[in-house]
Amino acid sequence: MLNMTVIYFISYLYLRTSLKLMFAFCLHSDEGLSKHPVSLETLYPSIKIKVYFALFISGKSKEAEIKRINKELANIRSKFKGDKALDGYSKKKYVCKLLFIFLLGHDIDFGHMEAVNLLSSNKYTEKQIGYLFISVLVNSNSDLIRLINNAIKNDLSSRNPTFMNLALHCIANVGSREMAEAFAAEVPRILVAGDTMDSVKQSAALCLLRLNRTSPDLIPMGEWTSRVVHLLNDQHLGVVTAATSLIITLAQKNPDDFKTSVSLAVARLSRIVTSASTDLQDYTYYFVAAPWLSVKLLRLLQCYPPPEDAAIRGRLTECLETILNKAQEPPKSKKVQHSNAKNAVLFEAISLIIHHDSEPTLLVRACNQLGQFLQHRETNLRYLALESMCMLASSEFSHEAVKTHIETVINALKTERDVSVRQRAVDLLYAMCDRSNAKQIVAEMLSYLETADYSIREEIVLKVAILAEKYAVDYTWYVDTILNLIRIAGDYVSEEVWYRVIQIVINRDDVQGYAAKTVFEALQAPACHENLVKVGGYILGEFGNLIAGDPRSSPLIQFNLLHSKFHLCSVPTRALLLSAYVKFINLFPEVKGTIQEVLRADSQLRNADVELQQRAVEYLRLSCIASTDILATVLEEMPPFPERESSILAKLKKKKGSGTVSDMEDSRKERSTNVNGSNDHIVTTSPSSDLLGLGHTQAAALNSASPPVTSNAASLLVDVFTESLPVVPPTSIIEENFSRFVCKNNGVLYENQLLQIGLKSEFRQNLGRMYVFYGNKTTTQFLNFSASLVCQDLNIHTTPADPVVDGGAQLQQVFNIECLLDFVEAPVLSVHFRYGGSMQNISIRLPITLNKFFQPTEMTSQEFFQRWKQLGAPQQEVQKIFKAKHSMDTEVTKAKIIGFGTALLDGVDPNPSNFVGAGVIHTKTIQVGCLLRLEPNTQAQASCSVKRTHIHAALYTLMTINCNIDYCSTDISKGKIKIFKCIFKSQHSQNK
Amino acid sequence: MQFMLLFSRQGKLRLQKWYVPLSDKEKKKITRELVQTVLARKPKMCSFLEWRDLKIVYKRYASLYFCCAIEDQDNELITLEIIHRYVELLDKYFGSVCELDIIFNFEKAYFILDEFLLGGEAQETSKKNVLKAIEQADLLQEVSHHEGSRFVD
Repeated sequence: MLNMTVIYFISYLYLRTSLKLMFAFCLHSDEGLSKHPVSLETLYPSIKIKVYFALFISGKSKEAEIKRINKELANIRSKFKGDKALDGYSKKKYVCKLLFIFLLGHDIDFGHMEAVNLLSSNKYTEKQIGYLFISVLVNSNSDLIRLINNAIKNDLSSRNPTFMNLALHCIANVGSREMAEAFAAEVPRILVAGDTMDSVKQSAALCLLRLNRTSPDLIPMGEWTSRVVHLLNDQHLGVVTAATSLIITLAQKNPDDFKTSVSLAVARLSRIVTSASTDLQDYTYYFVAAPWLSVKLLRLLQCYPPPEDAAIRGRLTECLETILNKAQEPPKSKKVQHSNAKNAVLFEAISLIIHHDSEPTLLVRACNQLGQFLQHRETNLRYLALESMCMLASSEFSHEAVKTHIETVINALKTERDVSVRQRAVDLLYAMCDRSNAKQIVAEMLSYLETADYSIREEIVLKVAILAEKYAVDYTWYVDTILNLIRIAGDYVSEEVWYRVIQIVINRDDVQGYAAKTVFEALQAPACHENLVKVGGYILGEFGNLIAGDPRSSPLIQFNLLHSKFHLCSVPTRALLLSAYVKFINLFPEVKGTIQEVLRADSQLRNADVELQQRAVEYLRLSCIASTDILATVLEEMPPFPERESSILAKLKKKKGSGTVSDMEDSRKERSTNVNGSNDHIVTTSPSSDLLGLGHTQAAALNSASPPVTSNAASLLVDVFTESLPVVPPTSIIEENFSRFVCKNNGVLYENQLLQIGLKSEFRQNLGRMYVFYGNKTTTQFLNFSASLVCQDLNIHTTPADPVVDGGAQLQQVFNIECLLDFVEAPVLSVHFRYGGSMQNISIRLPITLNKFFQPTEMTSQEFFQRWKQLGAPQQEVQKIFKAKHSMDTEVTKAKIIGFGTALLDGVDPNPSNFVGAGVIHTKTIQVGCLLRLEPNTQAQASCSVKRTHIHAALYTLMTINCNIDYCSTDISKGKIKIFKCIFKSQHSQNK
Repeated sequence: MQFMLLFSRQGKLRLQKWYVPLSDKEKKKITRELVQTVLARKPKMCSFLEWRDLKIVYKRYASLYFCCAIEDQDNELITLEIIHRYVELLDKYFGSVCELDIIFNFEKAYFILDEFLLGGEAQETSKKNVLKAIEQADLLQEVSHHEGSRFVD
C-alpha cells in the first residue's frame, strides 16, 4: 500500500526509481514491451514541478493538505493578478499547478483566462497545457467560449498538423453547442480534404462524431457525406477505424444516406478476417487482425437489414462463418488478450447474426458456440454467453436450441459465485421460458430465491409472478406459485404482485374455491408473512363461503384463524381484515354475533388510528341496522376487474427492459373475453360529507373491500370505481352551465371573449332536435370552423358547419338526436377554429341528458301508490338525501320538477309538503317508467341509503341529474337548512 | 464509451475522462458511486457489471483500477482490450508505468489517451502510431523548453 507519509519531502525522482518495482502494473506482455532505456532527461524536462507536486501529496493529513493547497492557490492567484506580466513559461507552470490541484479533487475557480491566453502561444507545450486545462475544466456554457473558439479557429487554419490535432481534440473533448455552431462546416471540410494528414483526418472524424452526438441538428449533411463513406476504403487502417465510428453514428440517424457503406464494410471485413495475422502489422493485436476495426464494421452492419445483393450477402455469410470457425481453432497465444480480442469479434458477429435473424444455420451455430462458453473457465465469457443467449432465445430459429442448455443455465444459477453472472442466468431462464418448461423454470427460480442475494430478490419475484401468470395452464398452479413466492420472499413481494393474484382469482371463478382452500391452509402456519394475511383476508372475505361446508374450515374457524393474525399486522392490513370481517357477516350470519363482539371491543371502536376506528364503527353500525338484503347488496362479491396490462409487467419493464415478453398481450386478450360481458355494475358512492351518515359508510365499505390505497394512485384494484362512476368530467371539458339546462331547453351554454354558444332544443319521446348557435363576437373571421359531437348511446345526425364564420355573424347547426339506450354520459361538443394565427379548441358538454326523453304521465293517488308499493326490489329504487342549499320555495320546486320532465302530480301525496312526479323515459330499445317522490324534511339527522346493485342505470343517472337541480329559490334569508329526500322508482320494459 | 475513470485501491481518482456532457456535481456523484461499487467486488468476479442503464467494464492493474462506462450495444470484451492497450501505451511510454507516473505526469496520461481514444471511440489502435505522435510532441516540447530556458536566462 502506498503510504503517503513515507514520501514526505522525498523527491519524485528518487521515489520513482526506488518504488518502481513495487508499483509497476503487472502487465503480462510477452511481445513488444521490451524495456528499452529512455533517458530521464527527455522524459522529465521540468523536474522542478515534479518535486513541487511531490510536496502536495505528501501531506500528513487531509487538513494539512488543504492548508498547503490554499496557500498555493493564494500564491498563484497573486501571481496572476500581479502587476508584472507573466511570461508564457510561468503562466504554463501555474496553469499546470492549478490543473494538478483540480485533479486532486479540489475546486478551481480561476485561471481560465490565463489558460485561454496560453492557447495563442506559439510554443507547443504552452498551447498543449492551455488546451488540456480547457478540456478538463471549462464547461460548455462558459463565457470564455468565444475566445476559445477563436484560438481553435487559428490553430485549425495553421496547417500545422500537431496544432490542428490539438484544436480538434479540444473540440471533441468539450463538444459544446457553441463549438458545434462555430465548426460544423470546418470540421467536415478538413475531414474530406485531399491534402489532410492521416492523423488529422482521424481526429476530425471523431471530432465530428462528438459534435454530431451532442448537436445533431447543427451538422448539415452534404457533399462530404459520400466522401466520408469512402474513407472505409482508405489505405490507412487508423483512418478507417476512426471513420467507421463516425459512419455508425451517422448511419443510425440517416440510414438511407449511408446505405453504400454496407458493401464497403463487408469488403473491408472480408479482407480483415481472411488476412494472415501478420498482414496488418501493428493493427494486429495479440495475433488477432484489427479487432477494433472488425468490431466496428460488424456494428455498422447492424444498422442495416441483411444485404439484398446476393453476392454481398454471400460474402458476409462467409465472413461470419470464418469468424465462427476461428472460434473452434486452437488459440495462437495463451494470453487472455488474445482470447478477449478474438471473442470480442465473435460476440459482435453473433450480435449481427441475431440482428439479421434470417440465417437459421448461423443462429444455431452461434447458439452452440455460446453453449460452449457457458461452461468456460473465464467468468467473463460465461457472463457474456448468458447475455447473448438471452437475445438468441427471442429468435424463432434458435429458441429451441437455446432451450437445450436449460440444465447448464440452472446449474449456473446454483453454482456461480458472482452475483452478476447469476443475474444473467436468471435473465436467460426468463427469456427461454415457454409453456413446455415453465413449471421447471419457475420451480428453479423459486428454489434459487431462498438463497438469492437481497439485491436481486425483488426482480426475481416479479419474474416468477409474470411467468406463472403467462404460462399458467391451470390456475391452481398459479395460485400455489404466488403463495409460495409470498412464503419464501414475502418482503420482496410488492403490492403489484399480490394485487394481481387477487384480480385473477376474482376474475376466474374456476379457481376461487381452490384459492380459498389454499390460503386457508397457508394461514395455518404459525408465522406467516403479512402479505399472506392480506391475500388470505381478501380471498376468504370474498370466497370463504366456498370452503365453509367443510367442518375443518367452518365460518368460525376461518374467522378465528384470520383474527389470530390481526394483532401482529400493520394498520393497512388490519383495515383490510376489518373489511373481510364485515364481509363474513354477510356470508355467514351465524358468526355475526362473534364478529360484532370483536368490532365492539374498545381496541377497535376506540382505536387510536382513525381509519381503523372509523371502519369498526361503521361496520358495526351497518351490521346492526341494515337488513339482510341491504347487507347482501352492500357487501356483495367484488365485480370482475377490467383486464389490462399486468402492472407487474409494467413494473419489471420499468426496473429494466430485459427478456422477451411480447406474447404476453395476446395471452391476456384470450382471458379477457369472459369478463367483458358482465360489467354492468353500477357503484354508487355518495359525495355526502356527513361523516356519520351511512352514505359514507357505503363508500368506505366498498373502498375497503379493495386493498387500502396507499401512495400508488394508479393501483389497479381501485380503478374499478372511477371507471363506473358516471359523471367524472375530464378536466378539459367545459360544463359550467350544464346543470342549468337540466330543467330548461334554451339559453346560452357558453361564452368567452371570442365565441358565444347558444342552444335551443326540443324533445319528443326518444327523439330530439337541438339547434346550436355559434356567435362570432369578434370582427375577424373564424377559419376552418368545425364542430362535432360523438356519443355512442345516441344516434346523432348533423349538417356540417360552415367552415367560415364572419366577424359578428352567427352560425347555426342542427343536431337530430335519437336516444338508443338509457345513457349515462352527456355528449361532448368539440369546436375547433382558427382565430388569428392560433387554433382554438373548445370541448363542451351538451345538456342532452336522459331526463330529456321523459314523457310525463298523469295518474291518480291510488294508481301512484299502488305502483310505488310494487316497486320495492332494491334494483328498482334509488334514494338520496341531500341538503338544501337555500330555503325552499314551493312554486320554484314545482316548476323544476316539471322542467325535469315528469308530470307533477298535485294532491296525490297525502303529505302536502311532498312532491311527486311520474313519467316514462323513451329510448329506442327500452322504456323506463319512473316515479319520483321528493320529501322536504326539516329533521337534520336523516340517513341516506342508496341501493347500488343492479339498479337500473337509468335510475342512477336520473338521480345524479336530479341532484344537480337546485330545487330551492335563491332566497336565503330564512336561513334554515332543509333536507330533501328524493326517491326514484322505476320499471323498464323492452320495446318490441 | 461515456467515460473512463482511473482510481486507486484507496479510492483516489487519478484520471477522469468524460465523453458526455455532465455537470460537475453529477460527475462527482457518479465517481463516488462507481468507485465504491467496483472496489467492493472480489478479485475473481467478472469484469462487467450493469450500472444504471450503462455497462461498466473494469480491470485492475496493480494498485490502479481502470473503469469504463459503455452503452448497451457496446462490446464489453473489446472495451477490456481498450483498457489494456492504454495500459500498454502508458507502460511503453513511461517504461514500466506505475501509479506515481500517472499522478505526476497526468498531462502525459491525458495526451496519450487523446491520441488513442477520442470522443469515446478508438481513434488509433496501432501502438506505434500513438507513441510516434506523442514522441513528436515531446520533441517539440524539448525545443520549446530550451527556448523557454534561454529566455529566462
